Amino acid sequence: MKIGVPKEIEDGEKRVALTPETAHQIQKLGFSIAIESKAGELANFSDESYANVGVEIIEDSQELWETSDIILKVRPPKEHPELGFYGVELLREGQTLISFLYPAQNQELLQELSNHGVTALAMDSVPRISRAQKMDALSSMANIAGYRAVVEAAQHFGRFFTGQITAAGKIPPAKVLVIGAGVAGLSAIGAAKSMGAIVRAFDTRPEVKEQVESMDAEFLMLEFDDEDGSGDGGYAKTMSPEFIKAEMDLFASQAAEVDIIITTALIPGRPAPELITERMVVNMKPGSVIVDLAAEAGGNCKLTEANKVVVKHGVTLIGYTNLPSRLAAQSSQLYATNLRHLLTDLCPEKNGELVVNMDDEVIRGATVVNKGEISWPPPAPRISLAPKEDIGIKAKEALAKPEDKLAHPMAFLIPLVACGLGLFGLGSVAPPAFIGHLSVFVLSCFIGYMVIWGVSHSLHTPLMSVTNAISSIIVIGAIIQVSSTNPIVVGLSVLAIFITSINIVGGFAVTHRMLRMFRK
Amino acid sequence: MSPGIITASYIGASALFILALSGLSHQETARRGNFYGMLGMGLALCVTIFGLVTDNQFLLITGMVVGGVIGWVLAKRVEMTQMPELVAILHSLVGLAAVFVGYANALDHGTAELTDIEKTIHAVETYIGVLIGAVTVAGSLTAYLKLSGKIGGKPVQLPGRHFFNLALLLGSIWLGVVYAEQMFVDGGMAALIVMTLLALLFGVHMVIAIGGADMPVVVSMLNSYSGWAAAAMGFMLGNDLLIVVGALVGSSGAILSYIMCKAMNRKFINVILGGFGSKPTGTATSVVGDVGDVRSIEAEETAELLRNAKEVMIIPGYGMAVAQAQHTVYEITKKLKNSGVNVRFGIHPVAGRMPGHMNVLLAEAKVPYDIVFEMDEINDNFPNVDVSVIIGANDIVNPAAQDVPDSPIAGMPVLEPWNGTTTIVLKRGMSTGYAGVDNPLFYKDNTRMLFGDAKDRVDEILQFLSK
Repeated sequence: MKIGVPKEIEDGEKRVALTPETAHQIQKLGFSIAIESKAGELANFSDESYANVGVEIIEDSQELWETSDIILKVRPPKEHPELGFYGVELLREGQTLISFLYPAQNQELLQELSNHGVTALAMDSVPRISRAQKMDALSSMANIAGYRAVVEAAQHFGRFFTGQITAAGKIPPAKVLVIGAGVAGLSAIGAAKSMGAIVRAFDTRPEVKEQVESMDAEFLMLEFDDEDGSGDGGYAKTMSPEFIKAEMDLFASQAAEVDIIITTALIPGRPAPELITERMVVNMKPGSVIVDLAAEAGGNCKLTEANKVVVKHGVTLIGYTNLPSRLAAQSSQLYATNLRHLLTDLCPEKNGELVVNMDDEVIRGATVVNKGEISWPPPAPRISLAPKEDIGIKAKEALAKPEDKLAHPMAFLIPLVACGLGLFGLGSVAPPAFIGHLSVFVLSCFIGYMVIWGVSHSLHTPLMSVTNAISSIIVIGAIIQVSSTNPIVVGLSVLAIFITSINIVGGFAVTHRMLRMFRK
Repeated sequence: MSPGIITASYIGASALFILALSGLSHQETARRGNFYGMLGMGLALCVTIFGLVTDNQFLLITGMVVGGVIGWVLAKRVEMTQMPELVAILHSLVGLAAVFVGYANALDHGTAELTDIEKTIHAVETYIGVLIGAVTVAGSLTAYLKLSGKIGGKPVQLPGRHFFNLALLLGSIWLGVVYAEQMFVDGGMAALIVMTLLALLFGVHMVIAIGGADMPVVVSMLNSYSGWAAAAMGFMLGNDLLIVVGALVGSSGAILSYIMCKAMNRKFINVILGGFGSKPTGTATSVVGDVGDVRSIEAEETAELLRNAKEVMIIPGYGMAVAQAQHTVYEITKKLKNSGVNVRFGIHPVAGRMPGHMNVLLAEAKVPYDIVFEMDEINDNFPNVDVSVIIGANDIVNPAAQDVPDSPIAGMPVLEPWNGTTTIVLKRGMSTGYAGVDNPLFYKDNTRMLFGDAKDRVDEILQFLSK
């Protein structure tokens, strides 16, 4: 099948969906590849470098859309600003589009794709499970965004990051606060740390504390009843009002102290939470920088303007939404590699044929339109995180408890009543001697039950051999009968005495031998 | 001797037996517990012999002495690795004695002065005692044959075996009714004998259907049965001492089996009925995730890894018992300990073929019990462990129990050596364990396989460590 890679047409988009290196590897899967002329130019991949690995260069963008079986893109398709055609309009049945599609925000696009009968896979819908990490383009891009956020901050920050003592005086180190320790946050922590800044990080999910500390940054804990902010799929969820208040107090005190704030707080499918209020911005030192990675979703700071750098109250607010694109060569390479992994999974036979296996959890998750049928949203992924299960079980227990309490008296009474009736019936016919023996029996069962519960595992074997020896008490029965006048009875009794004696002596002796070996 | 003294002595003996069992539940008091047991048995025997025997003393004493000597010799000679077999065969003796006593009682028509209802109860007691005794005999002998390898360890499952068992049960009940009716006219021996044969058949059939891996449960279950047989005899003879001891042993065996079941994630009720192990095990050998290649390792490299480790965990299994490798393993442990390596043993509750089997073997090799830990104590420590050495164990370290929901061993608690840095598995080959399940642990990146006989390999490791 033929793969086509059009040039990105979004304003300011420098990335390309395929690099020469990945093109070469994808060809090994049996695909032939064509790329629009100058598609990789802004990411520093020349047409020659593509041509050198056997990629066909096509001048006409429309032709590329029409002739390719598989279209690989970065941004969701839109109308071409210069040529005036719309890529989706050119698509027909049997073609496949793989790109970032953001199906939640782009329902119309899904409908159009569906109308044209194509198959579409959204790179942003790849499930976040371990197996799919190699094709998790969101993580790849977040990593770059986090790094780039620090670079942008450094550019607008008027001082060194690292502290120095020079002949010309002492330079204090910059203090950086990273809010949201997801992939982007962690990447920002790493970059800021390596530039020498003092880095603090905050996240509503307590389990990332370890990750933050592994990056050598300080994790800011809230003095709060531990509320767990982990939502499904490793994302954060919305927190309670009390929690948010405590959180805001923390940010207010930090804002006055730090030089740079990098916010990465995003909740999927919702506006970004406002974390940095105007008051906090006012309280920040002049010359401070805020990089708002959530600018596209409204921003973690109200003052941020998407795609712009603005200065308000002496604080520079950076609202770039295309940070990955600002590191085009790197992000193109990572994105192309993610695509290559996805294509590898989609082409199990390595024969250049695409197989959209909807039973595969990863492919199922990524496929938003399958042969013209909208298949988004996918069924919830099965995530096997242990703590999640715990919570689930606890919840179930919590749910089950009230029922238990209701059922308790009933369940308790039924066997009790049954036993009582049974005993009553027995007592009305059985001779008193039998009832006496029965009471001894029942009580002994309870004693045995109580005594044995505490036994340690290591003593199971000695315990068994000793109970075995003790159960030879049956010899008493034989001894009582050995004085009978019936020779057969005597014979049987003597036999029983003989074999139980083996058991008594053998059982106790072997227990003794074993216990002697146990030593501290 | 007055009946009062006899009864008082029996009460004393009962108390001593209870003390024996409670003593046996802790290392520190275990030996004292055993001593109490002997004391209780001695007391009960003396009182009964001097107080109740009127005739045939010579036969009685001869039987006891000869039996005692045989028991003594057995106890001295037995290898610690053969303990499961010994315990199983001893159980069968208790069952056999119960059958004999029951028959003797049935033949000794001393029930003439009983009322009708008493007669019926007596008949039922005798019948049940003999029934349980016979099941214990046959079951224990089968278990013995399985454990000693004289018959195969694989479960033998007849088609429709549950119906067969049900038929045996119904047959036994019917024969019981026949027996109780005929007791009134001093007959019924035929019914008793037929029932005994049925019970023997049932015992064999029950145990033969159970796989080798489940033997710990079987052994403790038979322990329990032998206790119930003794209790039934006590009812038959109207002897409280037998009832007390029988109930103690019966319930203790039942609880031991329950603990074993929990360790293997099996249903207790299925075990008591002997109906477990019925799931087909051969089919679900699926392994989740990428099945990579197995990486093998040699003894020299293993010794090197062990020497450079700080924390070493040794996980023994039945393979160590078979190869008699426990002594060498302890030599290695001592060598490593002397050079500052912290060596510990992690024991799975059902490792081996009998409850506590591994502990007994390690004790025999003089491994101090404060470096021997149970699964629950040690499982969280694996992330700190540099090298885990698994010697002849398989199912108890199978991650499939946690990861593969349809695995036959799913849900069974397992040791988690894969959380450590390196795992070395000593194994003869790539065969599966008793549960017949492939083990994904062997394919993990941080697992190395050391193939060969456990004894030979640990000897080699010791040699390299000594250099």
